[in-house]
Amino acid sequence: MTAKHRSWLGMALIGTALALAPIVVGASLGNAWVRVLDFAALYIMLALGLNIVVGFAGLLDLGYIAFYAVGAYLYALLASPHFGIHWPVWAVLPLGALVAGIFGVLLGAPTLRLRGDYLAIVTLGFGEIIRIFLNNLNTPVNITNGPKGIARIDAISLFGQPLSKSVDFLGITFSGVMLYYYLFVVLALGIVFVGIRLQDSRIGRAWVAIREDEVAAKACGINTRNVKLLAFAMGATFGGVSGGLFAGFQEFVSPESFGLMESIMVLCMVVLGGMGHIPGVILGGLMLTVLPEAFRHGAGPMQQAVFGKVLLDPEALRMLLFGLALIAVMLYRPAGLWPEPRHRRELAK
Amino acid sequence: MHFPAKTLAVAVAAALIAVGCGKKEAEAPAPAPQAAAPQPLIVKLGHSAPLTGPQAHIGKDNENGARLAVDDINAAGITIAGQPLKLVLQGEDDQADPKQGILVAQKFADAKVNAVVGHLNSGTTIPASKIYSDAGIPQVSPSATNPTYTHQGFKTAFRVMANDEQQGKVLGAYAGNQLKAKSVAIVDDKTAYGEGLATEFKKAAVAAGVKVVAEEHTDDKAVDFKAILTKIKGKQPDLIFYGGMDPQAAPMAMQMKQLGLKSRLLMGDGGCTTEFVKNAGAAADGHYCSLPGIPYEKMPGGPAFIERFKAKYGDIQLYAPYAYDAVMVMVEAIKRAQSGDSAKILAELPKTDYQGVTTRIQFDENGDLKDGAVSLYIAKGGKWEALETIGAVAAPAK
Amino acid sequence: MDIFLQQIINGLTLGSIYALVALGYTMVYGILGLINFAHGEVVMIGALSSLTVIRLLADSGLPGPVVVLIGLLAAALVCMALGFTIERVAYRPLRNAPRLAPLITAIGVSIVLQQLAMLTWGRSYHSVPALLPAATHEVLGATFTEVQVIIVAVAALTMAGLMLLVNRTRLGRAMRATAENPAIAGLMGVDANRIISLTFVIGSALAALAGVLVAANYGIAHYHMGFILGLKAFTAAVLGGIGNLAGAVVGGVLLGVIEALGAGYIGDLTGGVLGSHYQDVFAFFVLIVVLIFRPSGLMGEKVSERA
Repeated sequence: MTAKHRSWLGMALIGTALALAPIVVGASLGNAWVRVLDFAALYIMLALGLNIVVGFAGLLDLGYIAFYAVGAYLYALLASPHFGIHWPVWAVLPLGALVAGIFGVLLGAPTLRLRGDYLAIVTLGFGEIIRIFLNNLNTPVNITNGPKGIARIDAISLFGQPLSKSVDFLGITFSGVMLYYYLFVVLALGIVFVGIRLQDSRIGRAWVAIREDEVAAKACGINTRNVKLLAFAMGATFGGVSGGLFAGFQEFVSPESFGLMESIMVLCMVVLGGMGHIPGVILGGLMLTVLPEAFRHGAGPMQQAVFGKVLLDPEALRMLLFGLALIAVMLYRPAGLWPEPRHRRELAK
Repeated sequence: MHFPAKTLAVAVAAALIAVGCGKKEAEAPAPAPQAAAPQPLIVKLGHSAPLTGPQAHIGKDNENGARLAVDDINAAGITIAGQPLKLVLQGEDDQADPKQGILVAQKFADAKVNAVVGHLNSGTTIPASKIYSDAGIPQVSPSATNPTYTHQGFKTAFRVMANDEQQGKVLGAYAGNQLKAKSVAIVDDKTAYGEGLATEFKKAAVAAGVKVVAEEHTDDKAVDFKAILTKIKGKQPDLIFYGGMDPQAAPMAMQMKQLGLKSRLLMGDGGCTTEFVKNAGAAADGHYCSLPGIPYEKMPGGPAFIERFKAKYGDIQLYAPYAYDAVMVMVEAIKRAQSGDSAKILAELPKTDYQGVTTRIQFDENGDLKDGAVSLYIAKGGKWEALETIGAVAAPAK
Repeated sequence: MDIFLQQIINGLTLGSIYALVALGYTMVYGILGLINFAHGEVVMIGALSSLTVIRLLADSGLPGPVVVLIGLLAAALVCMALGFTIERVAYRPLRNAPRLAPLITAIGVSIVLQQLAMLTWGRSYHSVPALLPAATHEVLGATFTEVQVIIVAVAALTMAGLMLLVNRTRLGRAMRATAENPAIAGLMGVDANRIISLTFVIGSALAALAGVLVAANYGIAHYHMGFILGLKAFTAAVLGGIGNLAGAVVGGVLLGVIEALGAGYIGDLTGGVLGSHYQDVFAFFVLIVVLIFRPSGLMGEKVSERA
């Protein structure tokens, strides 16, 4: 009973903190930081999606950003002046999820026999192929508008209220970035919920079985083909939803947002946080979005404070610190910052 | 073995702590004004360009150009409405990434900068322009050339450089009329800039009676162009047009020479750099390029600008003079408005008529350069030599 | 025909460069089963540090090839020290960690090396003085330079040398034993840590060699040049079968030729619908098809269940 009470109390506290975060951050640090939080929520959704593929099923995917791209471009094409189509968000997002899921299966099918690093390079190639197509499909027929990208995408609007415009409520002005924050956090919580349910389900256990030993899993009667394809499809679906949100939030998409480095960053979030462990992945996503921004603000003043002058180029220092942080975290916590308890036991012995 | 790891962790921890401290300092109020002197009018300028990544050298160059202008103005002792004008430049890195570009724009809006000079790339300038428009912050880009930027209906968007349409038109006509090319092969780097310029060039070249015999593409990270150059060699064009930047153009010129390709290269501003002639060496000779504006040596104040820039930052990479002019255009508007207020600067910007180091700057109704002049150059003996200036209706008499 | 021959020559040179870098990937993978993602950046450091030495000696009056050789030696020393350090700091502590942990440190190392290079050599592109014999020759209407011949020869010789080293020497036997099982190799009197360090040092010396040749061939060097090169070489190594020395060279050359032919003929084959901008799509497509039919690359051994 007390344990139950405590968990309710914990949830209420987390909920309040999540609800107040943008107001506090916006008032103290400014809207740019609320935007950073928005991106953190987006990346957490992405990382949770990739976590299904890499963390649960153990399939190393280096082209995950392709699904994000598919979702983003679908939204951009169906809700912008580019084709003059303006579908509402509730129609575009599910469609984006579906199409991204189909792409997931398309990628998964030919790679079923591949393992480890061979799978990594094929998924990497797949990601690059999608990006190159997005960049090139402006000729002979203009579909994606090529490298110029698609501008003036419709902002996401809910109940007739475009989230890009600020709203006054209870005497507080909620700016556009704050409204997006609430939407993203609610959706991220939904994805967390789905993730937890999946993990505890038959399918989740089948994924873990495949991750630990594919041959043994097969011998136990798991249809490894279907289960692997399902992992790809589920992961891709989450990616597609996040992509659609990204397009509506940013109101601009171009192929350069979907490069290999983005895939690698999302993978870093998953591994750094704690592969296969949802709270860890959330922590990883939050850290890797906030840290570079903190370094951006801090790299110059920090040197000023320590050495009395700016010795190193702050921009170089910022990326340098980021690289060092990746190395340091992995050296100290090889299983991630917040790994799955079961994994921790395995490591201890 | 654990020692280095620990040092790393300590370094990172120190960094994090310092970030916290630095934050407070950054928020501390501006230094207390001297009792005697009148309080200076502080005008904050935001500048954004890629300072890391493959285009970092061009980005830093932009920032240096803007910084020189800021230093010049602060040294000049200009008085605005009784207060000495003090410009403060806030330089940010957008990594040429649209997402970072928007983040930087939001940061500027939060910091209530009075005006923005930037961004460098069209890919960041266009999405960021929406935020500046919403916040009512005037924006002058020194180098974003994609026409879309000023054609979105934003009253805050200006540029001090001819756009792709203006430049491509001049280049295409020049290929047919002056260079008397019968055939051309077009290569671009599949970026918003390179492809945009190549498209406009093609239209104008075809109109001038030049036959397009091949259209090839590469990307902005490539160094090996032999495959497409070999294909072009089979078509024997008089001219090869390249829409892209010098890191690709220089090796391309060298590989043309290695393959025995006799065609001349024609490029826009992206290849019109000292880096190109320096890196391509002997292979640069005889190729052409164009740069919006008028050759510096013909501009009043041009040679002096180059000297001062070199003394402080070394060779000009590409757009530094445009960034310099962009700041100056802002300052002129501040002077006319007698205020650093964003809205008042914005009201004055359309009336700009300023003799910069690149050209005479006047804006049309979109915020584009009016009658943007474009100058053509030929590479000779490790240098770009000015050939002629086209479309300089608003230019001063030579 | 002369155009086809020219494309083959283009592809062969490009492929030999990929092969040289891929050999470094494959050596490390062969012994540790680890993708050393930072290898491309080591190549970059090799190119830039040789350039510094070459510039210092440019006015010394020494003949060009000698200057390049000294530059190469200096770069090799820098890279070997770097490779040794990277392994000790970023990989060794993680040898028994989850499989993806060293991947993340490798990415961290790449970022750090890039930024350090940017701070050391600046943001500009550097032109590389043409000190190697660069005369152009013509055969059947196709041209090639002497630098290109050097690159192809060096790639072939390096592969042969490495194969001799691995298959015919005591050190090679120790390497193979360590690759098979470090613990058992230890019982047989092999100092596994020393062997792994040596492998990294040799791989890094190869990176320096590749860096110097890339810089000489393209006449240009930049702190960002390692990323794409590393990516392509990694692809080549996988195409050939990662961990297999001959596979790295076959994969490298094949990738180079595929890219050249793709850029050269894709437009004609598809009636102009797809052009040279689909060169990389074409290359990755071939890779995927190859891996579907041969899941462990062209010359790779069957992947063990653990991998």
